Amino acid sequence: MNYFLTAEQELIQQIARRFARERVAPVAAELDEKGEFPRKLLDVLAKTDLCGVYLPEEYGGLGGGMFGFCLVVEEISRVCSGVAICYAASGLGAIPILLFGTGEQKRQYLPEVAAGKKLGAFALTEANAGSDSFAQETTAVRDGGHYILNGTKQWITNGREADIYTVVAVTNKAKGARGISAFIVEKGTPGFSFGKKENKMGIRASSTTELIFNNCRVPEGNLLAREGMGLIVALKTLDQSRPGVGAQAVGIAQGALDLALKFARQRVQFGQPIIQFQAIQHMLADMATQTEAARALVYSAARMIDAGAKEISKSSAMAKVFASDVAMRVTTDAVQIMGGAGYMKEYPAEKMMRDAKITQIYEGTNQIQRNVIASELIKERD
Amino acid sequence: MQIVVCIKQVPDTAEVKIDRKTNTLIREGVPSIINPFDLHAVEEALLLRERCGGAVTALSMGPPQVEAALREALSLGVDQAVLLSDRAFAGADTLATSYTLAAGIRKIGAFDLILCGKQAIDGDTAQVGPEIAEWLDVPHLTYVSGIDEMILAEPARITVSRLVEGGYEQVRSSLPSLLTVVRELNEPRLPSFRASLRARTQAITVWGAADLDVDPERLGIDGSPTGVSRVFVPEYDRQGQIFAGGPEDQARALVDLLRSTRLI
Repeated sequence: MNYFLTAEQELIQQIARRFARERVAPVAAELDEKGEFPRKLLDVLAKTDLCGVYLPEEYGGLGGGMFGFCLVVEEISRVCSGVAICYAASGLGAIPILLFGTGEQKRQYLPEVAAGKKLGAFALTEANAGSDSFAQETTAVRDGGHYILNGTKQWITNGREADIYTVVAVTNKAKGARGISAFIVEKGTPGFSFGKKENKMGIRASSTTELIFNNCRVPEGNLLAREGMGLIVALKTLDQSRPGVGAQAVGIAQGALDLALKFARQRVQFGQPIIQFQAIQHMLADMATQTEAARALVYSAARMIDAGAKEISKSSAMAKVFASDVAMRVTTDAVQIMGGAGYMKEYPAEKMMRDAKITQIYEGTNQIQRNVIASELIKERD
Repeated sequence: MQIVVCIKQVPDTAEVKIDRKTNTLIREGVPSIINPFDLHAVEEALLLRERCGGAVTALSMGPPQVEAALREALSLGVDQAVLLSDRAFAGADTLATSYTLAAGIRKIGAFDLILCGKQAIDGDTAQVGPEIAEWLDVPHLTYVSGIDEMILAEPARITVSRLVEGGYEQVRSSLPSLLTVVRELNEPRLPSFRASLRARTQAITVWGAADLDVDPERLGIDGSPTGVSRVFVPEYDRQGQIFAGGPEDQARALVDLLRSTRLI
């Protein structure tokens, strides 16, 4: 399929592909096994200029938009989506600043993220606020020129490793959803610490931790948008970033397809390579078709966002839900085609299957995505 | 500071096959890469530039297609690239190569440091770097695995760690000097987006024999005392034998074998 990439987009893709194949591939299994954060790899990535691919040039980025971001996430995910998510989650932390930050906030934080010198993270989820993101329990109480944050965020990607956190907290409980605000909190702020690092099924190279706020004083200048805008900040950010999860899923699916195809050509049973059997051929054909359809949807959603479209929730949710379901199916089939070999850790197929699962869960479960799509459909009929 | 990095375009030996009839490398369809050790030299030059300022020039000698290797060096971030290319340079051994590269460096101008990979993965001689230093009459430090100190104020000097068998050796030298480097020195970067875009249109300086202050008799095959008389693939027809059992059984089996073959 030809997506008519510009010369710049092709260059972004080429550099990301080289990074993935030459640097990530040799260490992916080890990072997964040890659950080790890929700090050295991110330092290499920083020097390629790709950390700021989606950020405007005036903040040190390349101006490549969410489409450029998706190209990078897809290529790294094709080899290791654990590494890819460390990169992508930094973007998720920076997007709210880009969308809602003041000029000063953008100038202060974005160039360092673009240069790869600092990592971002986004903190919405809590023990009792998962899909029900309104049920926030972390509080932010105004005290002179500061807000005092108290509470615990859960399962935060890039926790402990990131430098800049966008944190959602309740500023006025009485106002419900309109009483929630978003803050930029820097690592090292007194009262801000990290809880346990989670031991995960997949994307094990990434760091997932609790963020603990204990009378953490954040300057009022770190409030994003206005008080009460927190959920809007969060939801608009997720609308923008969801094609990124879609791109991660497309990358995983493509990586699994590449692997299954190579294996099927080499594996001989009943006197011939198993790719000669129609049962295998049809599986591969479906895997390729689904992966391509997911890619087309993800690219379209990303291009819509970059074109400045206002109503992106539905497209963005569709890209995420479809691509992540495809990734789960394609990786499961890749393991099936490879049989016993696919189940063993000698091949990355089983890792890809473990990694795929999270794409159906995070940044809004696929059930929540279907709610979003359905509610937009209902609105359209009115 | 002014740094010159010498790079060589080599066939990717991971992909190389040998023609069993002619005993020569099959070069067709084999991708060309920058010699991997040279990438560590480029990286160190870029790190030194980030620290001390100045400019980095990548230099190579070879046919016109070597431009691709120099363009890759530009996409890594070197400031300029120079290719020494002339039919007269063809067939050069390490002596003629180092003579020509040294002439190129003289023409580039004043330098503080020359960096080379420790050796090329195709020829594996490790001679060109030290020979360049001799032609230019500057000190050379080989197998550098770390730059421990760099002082540009007079008296300019550099302290490096050299990888030697069983450990490290710390050596100090005056500047300008030439270093040949090993993999342990650093982690080479990948091309960056901005430098790659720049590299696509950046001009590469090409100098022939007429552009350099050289003695034509020292160039290319005429200037090369080394001749390759034969290239062959070593035959491995020896076979190992592993004895099983306890130490006594194995010792007995060995003695029996040595006796039966009349070696003892």
